[in-house]
Amino acid sequence: MSAGDAAPGIVAIVLVTLATLLIGTWGLRFSRTTSDFLVASRTVAPRLNASAIGGEYLSAASFLGVAGLVLTFGADMLWYPIGWTAGYLVLLVLVAAPLRRSGAYTLPDFAEARLGSRAVRAVCSLLVVAIGWLYLLPQFQGAGLTLRSAIGAPTWVGPVIVGLVVLVNTASGGMRSITFVQAFQYWLKLTALLIPAAVLVAIWLGDGSPGTGSAGAAGDWSVPLAPAGGQGLYVTYSLILATFLGTMGLPHVVVRFYTNPDGAGARRTTLVVLALLGAFYLLPPIYGALGRVYAAELAASGRTDVLVLELPRLMVGGITGDVLTGLVTAGAFAAFLSTSSGLVIAVAGVLSQDVTGRAFGGRRLDGITAFRVGAVLAVLLPCLVAVSAPHVGVAKTVGLAFAVAASTFCPLLLLGIWWRRLTDAGAVAGLAVGGLGSGVAAGITLAWSGDHGWAGVLVEQPAAWSVPLALTTMVVVSLMTARRVPPHTGRFMVRLHTPETLELGRG
Amino acid sequence: MRERVRVTGPSRRTPPAARSGDIDAETRLGGVYMGSLLREQLRLAIRVLLALTLGLGSLPLLFHLAPEVTDWRLFGVPLPWLVLGVAVYPFLLALGWYYVRRAERNEQHFAELLEGGER
Repeated sequence: MSAGDAAPGIVAIVLVTLATLLIGTWGLRFSRTTSDFLVASRTVAPRLNASAIGGEYLSAASFLGVAGLVLTFGADMLWYPIGWTAGYLVLLVLVAAPLRRSGAYTLPDFAEARLGSRAVRAVCSLLVVAIGWLYLLPQFQGAGLTLRSAIGAPTWVGPVIVGLVVLVNTASGGMRSITFVQAFQYWLKLTALLIPAAVLVAIWLGDGSPGTGSAGAAGDWSVPLAPAGGQGLYVTYSLILATFLGTMGLPHVVVRFYTNPDGAGARRTTLVVLALLGAFYLLPPIYGALGRVYAAELAASGRTDVLVLELPRLMVGGITGDVLTGLVTAGAFAAFLSTSSGLVIAVAGVLSQDVTGRAFGGRRLDGITAFRVGAVLAVLLPCLVAVSAPHVGVAKTVGLAFAVAASTFCPLLLLGIWWRRLTDAGAVAGLAVGGLGSGVAAGITLAWSGDHGWAGVLVEQPAAWSVPLALTTMVVVSLMTARRVPPHTGRFMVRLHTPETLELGRG
Repeated sequence: MRERVRVTGPSRRTPPAARSGDIDAETRLGGVYMGSLLREQLRLAIRVLLALTLGLGSLPLLFHLAPEVTDWRLFGVPLPWLVLGVAVYPFLLALGWYYVRRAERNEQHFAELLEGGER
């Protein structure tokens, strides 16, 4: 790779990094209290908040992974973006307003307030950290790929840079500054995918739209479920279940809901998020389909995660190719930064409440210092793993994080919000069964790739069996321990479901 | 000329109406009110999720059982791509919009029911 090829990528990455730090520092002027750090003191308006949620949520998997998957596997992979959007609809109808009204900071806070149990809280904290790390890993790996593709850097450079920028940003301004940064990054990502897509489609039309017309030429690729039959059907439905139900259990998604002013605000924010995500997800399949025509060798060599980054140069040369490459590189970099920032805030929030904020040997860190130490811990481990472990595929790893979230926090939230008879024992049992089942499956998938028939399929897409298993366990154990239903359940239900304007006792 | 008009509402400092007192005291009547709100909201949620399941969840099965559907084309684009790549997103947004409107209306009814004692 010559120096001239790397220039647009370097410029893009430097600009995004500077803009991120600048907006972050600007937000710092507003952040003063611990509450600012954790939830922006809960005063973020729906539209700004929705942009921030979109910016945070559209990760490396959305920006790079989907196009690559569509290039390799075709129409079935469209279920990933569908599921990632529909997950917000499920969250909207079942969780959004009650979760905000619960008045808790984090998922462990919600669990403890609902069930009045320190044990449930501990299990939840463990799960938040585990899911956060599992989700951070592909972000860092994607950063490594992007920097290698864009500027020819060794793969360890990306994780280190993203890790450092995220640390500086979260540790300095916390949630308040991050809200502005992420709202900015949603629009950056949309632009960075939209403009190149428009130019590339125009070029494709100018070429006489090759690749269409003869359905036979596309073969199995454009047809959903063509190759796999029964297994394909299982994989698709399991993926649907994991993404539809997993969204509500992702730590960085849930934390964002506490920054809404009230329950109705949380609903409206979610609705705007649905629109923003839908607009974005129209774009990655276009890259996948164009890649089928212009970048067949990427699919053959298995480097599909860099399709979005390399397609502009494959289709158009000269200055146009350079500018478009710079744009997609900037978007990809924004994707890693924003998603990792959100995850680090969520993980650091939990760590600071339950680990670093505790008293050790009579000494105790104050709130903001504990948060900063938590942020360092949150970045360090996935960064190390990303540098050392083999690459599994950005969207695949993110899919596993969704499966674990769907098997643990989804049943807890659903039953906690809608079912009075949930008990602490039931919650712990369900979280353990769902977490162990899906977690072991995720670990096996990360370590043991390849084609292994039905066993491989069941392990790679665990949600279809692990979610019902966790839900059933939670219900059955709760019914068996009916004496342990917390006495404040009725009061808590009032708080979750009644509008804040009513003057009611909320416990 | 516009004229300034002083608009006044019922004082916010009035004690809660009798019916919200029922909820605070967790009487059986209060339980009935809360139960009805919860049921209404849950029913609404289930309606939306059912529409989601039928609208989207049936597609893989359809493509599996009737593969000839996947050969259909609109403007040269295969039908599955149009449905899965484009049409689903307005559908999701419409479901969300319907839900938000109905959920807010349910809450308003509940609020009117509780405040009914005062008026």
